[in-house]
Amino acid sequence: MKPWQEILSLKSTKVLILIVVGLLFLGLPLFASQYVSYLMLTFFAYAVMVLGLNLLFGYTGLLSFGHAFFMAIGAYTAAFLTGKFSILYMEVILVVAVIISSILAALIGAICVRYIKIYFAMLTLAFGMLFYTFLLKFYYLTGGDEGMRVLRPYLLGFNLSEIPKMQYLTRSYYIYTLVILAILTFVMWKIVSSPFGLCLKAIRDNPEKAEYLGVSVKRYRWYAFIISGAYAAIGGALLAPAIGQVDPGLTYWTHSGTLVFMTLLGGFENFFGPLIGGVVYIFLQDKVMSLTTYWRFIFGAILAFLVIVAPGGIAGVISSLVKKEKGGE
Amino acid sequence: METIVSIIFSGVFNASTLFLVAAGLQVVFGVQKVFNLACGSFYALGAYFGIVVVKSFVAGGFPKPLFIVPLIGAGLLLGFIGPIVERGLIKFVYDRDETFQLLLTFALVMMIEDVIKFIWGTSPQTTGGIDLIYGRINLFGATLPVYNLIVILCSLIIAALIGYILLNTKFGRIIRATADKKEMGEALGINMKMVYIKVFTLGTVLGTLGGALVIPATAVVSEMGVELIVLAFAVVVIGGLGSMKGAFIGALIVGVLKSVAISTYPELEMLTIYIIVIAVLVIKPQGLFGGSKV
Repeated sequence: MKPWQEILSLKSTKVLILIVVGLLFLGLPLFASQYVSYLMLTFFAYAVMVLGLNLLFGYTGLLSFGHAFFMAIGAYTAAFLTGKFSILYMEVILVVAVIISSILAALIGAICVRYIKIYFAMLTLAFGMLFYTFLLKFYYLTGGDEGMRVLRPYLLGFNLSEIPKMQYLTRSYYIYTLVILAILTFVMWKIVSSPFGLCLKAIRDNPEKAEYLGVSVKRYRWYAFIISGAYAAIGGALLAPAIGQVDPGLTYWTHSGTLVFMTLLGGFENFFGPLIGGVVYIFLQDKVMSLTTYWRFIFGAILAFLVIVAPGGIAGVISSLVKKEKGGE
Repeated sequence: METIVSIIFSGVFNASTLFLVAAGLQVVFGVQKVFNLACGSFYALGAYFGIVVVKSFVAGGFPKPLFIVPLIGAGLLLGFIGPIVERGLIKFVYDRDETFQLLLTFALVMMIEDVIKFIWGTSPQTTGGIDLIYGRINLFGATLPVYNLIVILCSLIIAALIGYILLNTKFGRIIRATADKKEMGEALGINMKMVYIKVFTLGTVLGTLGGALVIPATAVVSEMGVELIVLAFAVVVIGGLGSMKGAFIGALIVGVLKSVAISTYPELEMLTIYIIVIAVLVIKPQGLFGGSKV
């Protein structure tokens, strides 16, 4: 084993790397352009969503094709509270988003977790599309396909409406979102390494055995579904002020597919994989879109490649390379 | 009475093309166990290609009323993408988890959407009302376009053909056997590779044919593929995954429901369909005809 690999495998080193990455993200607006910082901001919001999605997909083995539903719940919560009720406190928005999404996830999850694999995917897709048509057709309530504006929320009680928009987004709101992402990443880490998280993995690998060992499979799947839904809603609520306008497209089934794509791109078998996938997806999409209007074709080809050749995603490729080198010693 | 007839008629017309796409979905799911999200994209491809063929047919000075012949030809011809997609992509994931198969077909959806945009652009296109050349007919007091009747008839003939193939030919028996137990088919010395190619091509053709047939009566838009897959999905869930009978009844239910909702409470159009889908999944997840294979 090479010395750097030895260092890399230490737990304290991993924590150190995380802190360095976190600080880099924090300092990014100081040396990067506003545009890059803005993209990074959208990544933070998506990162929260895919963290939640992967609790279902990577850890519990359930592929949700309707997870955009919960992110839209969060996003529309932000739009409703700021636009219709003039509640501008971001903390209130986040709490309300968590409450609404948890209740909905508990109800929907109670139905969905009775099924696995393709039936689970289809059922979640149907719920996502149900909400899509609701948003689209009840326009007097939701603004229809034009959607709703999201007003600039107060952060920690501070009214920041005097600051220019991009500065607000790439400085104050950027840091705010990053801190929430950091907290939620830590919480998710605790969840997956807790006995609860281990039970989920046991369910994923062998549900019959888990049931035999006294784990209530459906109940645990249900818990995972609720946590996952709440995470997606927080992500959606964080994304809404950044994009400034929410529309039904947020919950269309192809958008759910995008979330799964990010997770797979980074690697669903690795805790940090979805986060890597999220950041790569957003910056790659930006780059490819600037080169060609046919970015979907290229992304479709990438997804096909991932599924066929590298289902472990970026994290999977890296870890297999590291292993290979270790084996060569 | 008059309105009821025309509502049901337009529902059955919806159902006839929906059935074709859903049948394509079912046959591939039955044999390969792959849920093909891209069947909606095949439908869109068929529609765009249908327009091209009909327009050049008319421009070539051929008699207009015969346009349905090249239209069907266009749908059938597009089947050539079936083997390409099957050999180029799908065959790699037969032994993989269902979720990855689903994601691969999602990748296909993304790619085909851009292929369509690349070739035909993003603005809606029509055949310019060529379907009206057949005129209208009075049935039970309602005036109905004859072309739509022809499409319904075509769809019924295809349904009968599929039924015949499945029940009475060697190929049909192989399909039903492999749908039940893949290993059995292999053990009996059947060339599974060829079966897979043929079945996937059949699934593709049903999709492209559905798209081609529907197009004279409506306009193509680039989102029609991703929109249709959701409907086709509703059809197979209601009817039961993998069942042809299910595709037939499911298409009728979804098609008629859609047209009833549009003419009474347009807001509820898709909402009612999804509610039924969810209700079916909750009460009878195998669908109305699930369990009876293909």
